[in-house]
Amino acid sequence: MDGAAPLFRMEGISKRYGGVRALEKADLTVTAGGIHAILGENGAGKSTLIKVMAGVVAPDEGTMTLDGREVSFASPAAANQAGIVCIFQELSLIPELSVADNIVISDPPKRFGMIDRKAQRRIAEEALARAGASDIHPCALVKDLPLSRRQMVEIAKALARKPRILILDEATSALTAADVAKVFEVLKRLRSEGLALLYISHRMNEIAELADHCTVFRNGRNVASYPAGSKSDNEVVELMIGREYSHIFPPKPGPTAAATTVLEARNLSWADRLDNISLSVKAGEVVGLGGLDGQGQRELLLAFFGVLRGLSGEILIDGKPVSIASPTAASHGRIGMALIPEDRKTEGLMLPMTVRENLSFAALDRLSKGGIIDRAAEQRLIDDMVGLLAIKTAGLDIPVGALSGGNQQKVVIAKWLMRQPRIILLNDPTRGIDVGTKQELYQLMRKLADAGAAILFYSTDYDELIGCCDRVLVLYDGAVKRELVGAEITEHALIASALNIHGEGAGPKQGVGA
Amino acid sequence: MKDWRYWLAEQRGTLLAFGIFIVMFAIYSGNHPAGFTANVVQTAANKGVLLAFVAMAQTLVVITAGIDLSVGMIFTLTNCMASWLVIGTGLETAFGVLAVLGTGLVCGAVNGAIVIYGRLQPIVATIATGAVFFGLALLLRPVPGGSVNEDLADFLTGRFFGVVPASLVALLVIVLVVWVPFSRSEFGRAAYAAGSSETAAYMSGVPIRRGKFLAYTLAGLLAAIGGLFLTFFTYTGEAAYASGNAYTLFSIAAVVLGGVSLFGGKGSAIGAIFGALAFRTIGDLLFVFDFDPLWQPLFQGVILLIAVSLGAFALFRVRNRLEWFL
Repeated sequence: MDGAAPLFRMEGISKRYGGVRALEKADLTVTAGGIHAILGENGAGKSTLIKVMAGVVAPDEGTMTLDGREVSFASPAAANQAGIVCIFQELSLIPELSVADNIVISDPPKRFGMIDRKAQRRIAEEALARAGASDIHPCALVKDLPLSRRQMVEIAKALARKPRILILDEATSALTAADVAKVFEVLKRLRSEGLALLYISHRMNEIAELADHCTVFRNGRNVASYPAGSKSDNEVVELMIGREYSHIFPPKPGPTAAATTVLEARNLSWADRLDNISLSVKAGEVVGLGGLDGQGQRELLLAFFGVLRGLSGEILIDGKPVSIASPTAASHGRIGMALIPEDRKTEGLMLPMTVRENLSFAALDRLSKGGIIDRAAEQRLIDDMVGLLAIKTAGLDIPVGALSGGNQQKVVIAKWLMRQPRIILLNDPTRGIDVGTKQELYQLMRKLADAGAAILFYSTDYDELIGCCDRVLVLYDGAVKRELVGAEITEHALIASALNIHGEGAGPKQGVGA
Repeated sequence: MKDWRYWLAEQRGTLLAFGIFIVMFAIYSGNHPAGFTANVVQTAANKGVLLAFVAMAQTLVVITAGIDLSVGMIFTLTNCMASWLVIGTGLETAFGVLAVLGTGLVCGAVNGAIVIYGRLQPIVATIATGAVFFGLALLLRPVPGGSVNEDLADFLTGRFFGVVPASLVALLVIVLVVWVPFSRSEFGRAAYAAGSSETAAYMSGVPIRRGKFLAYTLAGLLAAIGGLFLTFFTYTGEAAYASGNAYTLFSIAAVVLGGVSLFGGKGSAIGAIFGALAFRTIGDLLFVFDFDPLWQPLFQGVILLIAVSLGAFALFRVRNRLEWFL
């Protein structure tokens, strides 16, 4: 493949956000008719790189050439014009418009200056068929579709623009196994049609199946580029994190004998998303929730936290049945529950408000006397938390939105720790934060467990589940399909059960390709 | 699902507004001393159409997730202008009409430019421009007065073939000439897209700015058409502060009644028109029941609350409490 003239080349691209270096003299070469995988930890610069390619952000320095000519893109529209189309993670669909409207949005067919609805319908149907998603009705509103269908619409929308370079950024993360297989067929066909595909994924098995060429990013630089299959998974992981992987997790204390069960669920069901779930978490235990994204893990945590209505089954705290009617009820009194939400920007923080205010929100009732906040007590508790979590901030009175992603996440966690919760629910807390902060969070989690907290931890990152959890429950389609204990928690077992493949022999590769 | 079901779901707000209007108007005309006659319909149409134009204007801006608190003042300003200019020979009158409509376009364009290119919040920007527009109106008409080409006025406020109110026909023509092309154009879709999710629209390469600018500009035009009709009905111009503000607020109520989401991206001007007609009918209901007019605002408010609540029933079916906040 080195013989072919490159279709697209990026050289010496740098980008800084404030004081943070997102990309540092990064290079990338893309050839037509190939699938190029980009690997790297979150925060390694992958997403900035594709944003530069797709015209979303302008680089501080460096050059891009397309067909040997230097190009620069002022907007996503300009990049589209040049044939570079990016599929973001359901970022670019407009919820109130129909599927067909969305598919043709950047260049709708026109007759007499008005949008030609018949032609639009035809284009949409073609594109959906090409993406292998003819089951989606072109008139349906995007907001009414489940996540996996929306992602298919994203793919159809990209194909309708007739791209030369197609970028897929975690495009399969929300898809069901059957959809993944369909999308892979489509991608392979596109490759044979001569498109250049850039594929970004955290799933090593997907990359092994698809990619022709791989480039690994770390700390904003491309650190290695190699033909697919020439390095072992372990070598690749070491390239990604730049050190041996096992060291970033704290040691597990091993099975504890006489701990009491704090949180228990019996036959929990809700709508068509949770299906007869029973589980228990003991004091001092970290229990993981695994499986593909969107199999009911988030709903399960919300169910415990009193957000869902019409729940059937029982929730028991300390062995006694309780009914939890709201997050306020869940966090107060003898229940003492905390939920670290998945999207810190909308569910965890009030971004324009100060670090101090954000830290105090969940504990205001404990810090006030007769409705008046005791400033001194608040300050003491906040100082404790900032120290405990090593939150790096220029002061307590700056907007929390000005902090880095990792420190924002620490604020979300600290805010709940101020209540000294006994039960801690974590919903993918390390998404989008750097490895260093992740490591601190793993250690904190273990420290809290050692101090007697019961922890239920959902993560989309298998390595985290392997490194942190005493037990892992794998969910599939709203039900617990498998429980893995201690040494049984391996990547192989996690993936196999996430895809709901029975039997020990089924490897992840066959699983995805099937 | 079949196509028509999707169509029905999309038109739900408009149909609901239509239903509310029909019920209200049936009660109104059923209890009117004169009954359901061409005269009653003509009077009701002439009153309703004014608010309908202003509500259409408001719809265009609300679709982009903005709000235009100056529509009522553009309506007042153009009324004052028309009372000077829409007079004289046919040619002079035509020139006057064009000047009035042009003024509306300019007012709307100013709003759009400030909101889009000046990046000010629509609420604040249009409160300020609304005050400016009212100030201009006051300079034009310090005291109520002026006149209008009465032939044209009588033609557009009378009846065609003895039964069809001319103002309703005019409203229909404006819908066909302004709203339908806008909503089906690329820019109209850009306005919807920007209102629904501006980030997603930007990422998709949608011409957001031009779409929003066009929406604000056409809103000015529609408010000016409303102002023109006000002059046709009253034969005079008046810089009435209270009336201008009332039209602004009523237009927002009409838009919500018409199923247009204040969060943007959803709804149609047709719905807003029925919302406006329904709102006007609610206001007039008391008169046919012979109540003391003192009760009118209170009664109107209560009926409005009930009507708007119809749209909120869906919240009772929500099973994930987080969806309350979406």
